[in-house]
Amino acid sequence: MKTKTLFDLVLCMLIFILSVVPVATVSAQQPTPSDDKVNAIARQLYCPICENTPLDVCPTQACHDWRELIRQMLADGKTPNEIKQYFVDHYGARVLAEPPRAGLSWLIYVIPPLAFLIGVFLLFRAFRTWKQLRKEPATGAVAGSDPALVDEYASRLEEELRKRT
Amino acid sequence: MEQNLANSPDVPRRGAPLWVQILVWVGLIALLVLLGLGLFRAQHPIISIGSKVPDFTLKLFDDYQYQHANQTSLTSLHGKVVVVNFWASWCVTCADEAPDMEAAWHYYQPDGQVVFLGVDYTDVDSKALDFLTKFEITYPNGPDLGTRITPIFNRNIAMPETYIIDQQGILRYKQIGPFPSLAEIRTAIDPLLSGR
Repeated sequence: MKTKTLFDLVLCMLIFILSVVPVATVSAQQPTPSDDKVNAIARQLYCPICENTPLDVCPTQACHDWRELIRQMLADGKTPNEIKQYFVDHYGARVLAEPPRAGLSWLIYVIPPLAFLIGVFLLFRAFRTWKQLRKEPATGAVAGSDPALVDEYASRLEEELRKRT
Repeated sequence: MEQNLANSPDVPRRGAPLWVQILVWVGLIALLVLLGLGLFRAQHPIISIGSKVPDFTLKLFDDYQYQHANQTSLTSLHGKVVVVNFWASWCVTCADEAPDMEAAWHYYQPDGQVVFLGVDYTDVDSKALDFLTKFEITYPNGPDLGTRITPIFNRNIAMPETYIIDQQGILRYKQIGPFPSLAEIRTAIDPLLSGR
């Protein structure tokens, strides 16, 4: 009687374990991620073999395989950053749509705003100069120059012309 | 007189101060040099025929080993002829070439004077392993992690490509596109082997 009870107990435990293990395995596996979720990551990556083609719109078989890899990694519970890091480790930083802020790549982030600021400064200076020139009254042939100097220059010029004729 | 006019205090000064102009020009020239170097690098491989091949390490796929290690480097193969074959599972002509490469490996393997290295270029690991299984490739193979090995040989690679390095680590031969036959592979390797 005691042996039968022990047998029943072991059997119950076995049934319980066998019923729980598949549930645990299934719950670890995420539902198949949608195309939108896959493309949200794929558009942050570029095809490693085609020139300048984002992964989400790339039509080649290789890109299709990479999108399926992203889907699989998402299903395995990987985060977008982990997936992007996998691509960088495998294919290099060139696959990133947004280059990393490291090495010479930081120039990409610094030069455009710097060029914009320099442009704004130059325009501001130019406008200020034009405004000053418009405000000053015309005082002869050369605006803003000393009238005495201009008169002297003009008289010498006329004298030279008279000598030549 | 003209100088006097130009130096007159009433004439408004034009342009930025000299130091700003120098700074802008130096910056622009530096930017152009960087751009030029980048374009030059993008068009030219690091090495060409006759030059010493820089060392690289190839981490092998899980099912592959060479001399009981799961990675191999070029310096560790010094004294042997090294055949570096770039391939990918998505490359149609790589599939045409694969049986001949494996046959060549079988031909040279017993002597131990020639080592074949398969470098898988930008691929999905599972597809690459399917490819290797399909063509029963047994020579050491691994992915070009981070695309670090390929630019040494060719920055604009056209798959497949094969490079043959002599016993001193000098690049002696390159095949752009697939080898047409086993005989062609042997024709490229044999002159580098002593006693053949």
